Amino acid sequence: MEPPAADAGAQPFCAWCGGARAEGDHAGCERRLATVDPPRHCPVCARRMVVQVDPVGWTARCSRHGESAGTNGFA
Amino acid sequence: MTAVETGGTGEETGGDGVEESSAVVSGDVLAVAREQVLERGVGLTEDQVLAVLSLPTERLEEALKLAHDVRMRWCGPEVEVEGIVSLKTGGCPEDCHFCSQSGLFESPVRAAWLDKDRLVEAAKQTAKTGATEFCIVAAVRGPDAKLMEQVRAGIAAIRAEVDINVACSLGMLTQDQVNELAAMGVHRYNHNLETARSHFPEVVTTHSWEERWETLQMVRAAGMEVCCGGIVGMGETLAQRAEFAVQLAALEPDEVPLNFLIPNPGTPFAHLEVPQGADALMTVAAFRLALPRTVLRFAGGRELTLGDLGAEQGMLGGVNAIIVGNYLTNLGRPAEQDLDMLETLKMPIKALNDTL
Ligand code: SF4
Repeated sequence: MEPPAADAGAQPFCAWCGGARAEGDHAGCERRLATVDPPRHCPVCARRMVVQVDPVGWTARCSRHGESAGTNGFA
Repeated sequence: MTAVETGGTGEETGGDGVEESSAVVSGDVLAVAREQVLERGVGLTEDQVLAVLSLPTERLEEALKLAHDVRMRWCGPEVEVEGIVSLKTGGCPEDCHFCSQSGLFESPVRAAWLDKDRLVEAAKQTAKTGATEFCIVAAVRGPDAKLMEQVRAGIAAIRAEVDINVACSLGMLTQDQVNELAAMGVHRYNHNLETARSHFPEVVTTHSWEERWETLQMVRAAGMEVCCGGIVGMGETLAQRAEFAVQLAALEPDEVPLNFLIPNPGTPFAHLEVPQGADALMTVAAFRLALPRTVLRFAGGRELTLGDLGAEQGMLGGVNAIIVGNYLTNLGRPAEQDLDMLETLKMPIKALNDTL
């Protein structure tokens, strides 16, 4: 299964707010993902993910699209 | 990243005018602070803190320099480094309006428990940075039997593999729980008063400031170190910020973590502004001048509020401790970046044997 984080920018949903990327302005969302927030919504289906943050990274699990991981957000 | 202008003139300092506050502080407050706080180690009074918070931005640099001198004189050059981890995330029954982990708001944060292996790994990674403190945090009103058991097992597992002081932050405690944690060897307990007593009802309605205060008193009586701070930028006035600083001083905590609000989606404070850098730095200086001897720690929100340069200014403005790495639900900058910053600033990291 392709981890949702891999090409988040090409996916239909915003990983921060869960809204459709094609609609509205997500520049503010991207700023947050680039600084202080891990992804909270699956970029493939917009479901809220179970996210765990630890000192060195984060993991995010979508019940449908599996787990992704990173250190500092998607951006 | 954003540099925080110290010479600008356009910054609003908030609702309370300089004139009003200077009426109750005779002489220039920084000159007074130099003699009172730097020379004698006596923290500023509420009126004096307000006068500092009300200074124009042109005087920020001077206030930071004085706060730094106070920190060097009364605390020394060492910086205490800490890592924190969320053992139980989300689903909290309380309604702290800033918190993405309350189960009462439409927050995207879902409940999760960290497993023991990952907890131990987090402690190991934290120790590798040179940190002396590792704080285990849970999003709860107070611990239940299950959480106490997880904490006990987690601490034992960390002890077996990692040389680091373990701290906890598990909400409000009963006397029995205080005793249990002390017996487990918990070095320090974090429980934030969050804001001024007069502002608390605007921030939390499911428990009181006084209930938090009681837990802190029990923690101290049991011999654990008291860690208590709060969040700047939750709609408090400058007068309330000053009130909070002296309320913390009255508590005489071993450590004060200072957070800057991260407006989190779904929370009642989602629409508040991110605190501005100059305002936040003046707050850092004022808190140091109110609390000359405490460990004053940079905690969450500095990335959005201060950026990289502002963090350095804070470290040179009274702060003598930092949380490195990620936070509980938010990400921090990579730990290496903070360690590099300390090296550049020639600030030694406090060693474990100095903390015993
Ligand atoms: S008690 Fe702690 S976890 Fe719960 S809502 Fe308040 S700040 Fe968040």
